[in-house]
Amino acid sequence: MSYTRNETLITTLQTLADLTGISGDETKIRSAIKPLVEHHVDTLRIDALGNLITYKRGTAEKPLRVLVTAHMDEVGFMVVGHTGEGGLRVEAVGSIPERLLPGSHVWVGKEHTPGVVGVQAIHRAHGNHQAASVEDLIIDIGAKNKEEAQEAAPLGTSITFATRFREMGAALTGKAFDDRAGCAILVALLQGERLPCDLYGVFTVQEEVGLRGARVAAYAVESDVGFALEGTLIDDLPKREKDVSPTTELGKGPAITVMDRSYTTPPRLLSHVLKSAEAEGIPYQIKQPGVSSTEAGSIHPARGGVPAITIAVPCRYIHSPRALLHPDDLENTLRLVRAAIARLTPETLAIA
Amino acid sequence: MNLELLEKLTQTFGPSGYEDEIRAVIRAAVEPLADEIHVDPLGSLVALRKGTGGGKKIALAAHMDEIGLMATYVEEKGFVRFTVIGGGIRPGNGSRVRFANGVTGVIYVERRDDPSTQPELQHLYIDVGATSRADCPVAVGEPGQFIGPLVRQGQRLVSKTMDDRVGCYVLIEVLGQLKDAPHDVYAIFSTQEEIGLVGARTTAFRVDPDIAISIDVTATGDLPKALPMAVELGKGPAIKVKDGGMIAHAMVRDMLVEAAKQAGVPYQMEILLGGTTDAAAMQLVRSGVPSGCLSIPCRFIHSPSEMVDEADIHNAVKLLLTALRTCE
Repeated sequence: MSYTRNETLITTLQTLADLTGISGDETKIRSAIKPLVEHHVDTLRIDALGNLITYKRGTAEKPLRVLVTAHMDEVGFMVVGHTGEGGLRVEAVGSIPERLLPGSHVWVGKEHTPGVVGVQAIHRAHGNHQAASVEDLIIDIGAKNKEEAQEAAPLGTSITFATRFREMGAALTGKAFDDRAGCAILVALLQGERLPCDLYGVFTVQEEVGLRGARVAAYAVESDVGFALEGTLIDDLPKREKDVSPTTELGKGPAITVMDRSYTTPPRLLSHVLKSAEAEGIPYQIKQPGVSSTEAGSIHPARGGVPAITIAVPCRYIHSPRALLHPDDLENTLRLVRAAIARLTPETLAIA
Repeated sequence: MNLELLEKLTQTFGPSGYEDEIRAVIRAAVEPLADEIHVDPLGSLVALRKGTGGGKKIALAAHMDEIGLMATYVEEKGFVRFTVIGGGIRPGNGSRVRFANGVTGVIYVERRDDPSTQPELQHLYIDVGATSRADCPVAVGEPGQFIGPLVRQGQRLVSKTMDDRVGCYVLIEVLGQLKDAPHDVYAIFSTQEEIGLVGARTTAFRVDPDIAISIDVTATGDLPKALPMAVELGKGPAIKVKDGGMIAHAMVRDMLVEAAKQAGVPYQMEILLGGTTDAAAMQLVRSGVPSGCLSIPCRFIHSPSEMVDEADIHNAVKLLLTALRTCE
């Protein structure tokens, strides 16, 4: 199945993915999202942790309160030291596969100072093919000595992969699709027509370091139900071995979570989402259970308990310099989330 | 001892997040015993027994959910790969599972080049009698429970899911026998304990109790080469001092000790090095709740053959009834 490309959605993804914002340093992303949504929502505020909380009133007489989150932050690095040769010592912010780092291009600091992750010359590697841990890596910004490095990138400076969005065949590629894909969908959801429910669209902070922003947002919003929008992993290329789960697949529709490491989707909410997909003819897939953690895990235990579900755009190579997704999956995730929310009634959530 | 009820409780389906069936069983048992029944958004059942007045709000929590597993992938030949629901689970070769849709399967380990090491989860599969992916009766996302019938062996009772249906049993007995206590007793049958104490946390937030006590199983130190631990099977319910997730409030702990003495039941003091209970979550809700835990000593926790002693169950009920009558 293929749709007319949703150019607005793709442009939003491009805009957001090209901006930098590691966990705890999401200002640029928030500043870019604000003008995209502020004329489409009734209220908008920024909370103490930096979550952007928007509210769009519902059309129903007694509207359900629906929380939808997408996290603004991305994985990256933080400067924690400087070497005599002018290299930057870093720590990972969020989980990053160490084996792919040497030789990667990075952007250092607000001005996107270019840098490269140092790599030992093959001539001197002496058959050592072990991936160096992040603590042993250095990032080279061309500083001649420690003082220059300190001047250009003081302690605490944020670093991200230096990747610009681009299309590759039918696919879209770029950094930080986890979770700018979710942010782009939430922007589109807020830009769209009013829904029966009261919609609280929250662009959250610090997901990659422990689902933190969503925790306080869920407490503040006090919703009846929660949806976490994500970019999630595809594990099909390179194929490890035959006949194992690819977790999710490219182009097969939004990935719906039954259970991950952070929470279990209430069966009644799961079946509501599946029925919504079937009623609207939207393709979907069930994500391999037990893999990764999502904001639904922070929304669930808020206050007296909030049933929640994660719906995600499948992406290859997440947490790497360049992720890849299919525009149909992006569009279908938006359609499914919108349909599932529009079809919610108090009976959907009723429990005996 | 209502063995029929305990059997029903231990055998009924209810992995974390899938507590509908066990909640229905418990609901039927407590409906005649409670003044009010509530089910909260994450599925915990709260049975309120109103006091005679002038008392406290006391929450007693036992979790309904059990450890289990979930299908994650169906192979071309119809074998089912799975993940576990809850922690500390090592399914053994030949152990059996029952999926939510009624299908039974056998867990086995694939042949490995080095069989001397403990197999990882990814080395295990379930045979559900299928011959291909197409005819496999289990789909990805289907939850399952382990199979382990209830057996009585003298004073000992062995079954799957004593953790924590034996706590549910104790709580139901307490509701049934409770008379003339001044306190409002909120019996919480919580959900999702095994995946992070979720249900008790959110339900305690709603109930907003003055005191919270969980009733759960605890490990014992009386097995060959066991980790040193003072608790033994059959030597009385264990009053929690601390575990891996909380330090019991001294007032609650001492109140339970006092009640044990008054009731004339044997008791043991419990220090559990790993693991925790709903009390750890309940003590941290809102601005904090003085919390403790009464434990039923249990061997082989998180296996399909969890073993408890009948006397410990009776004595736990007596101890709690005395505590509810006497605590101020």
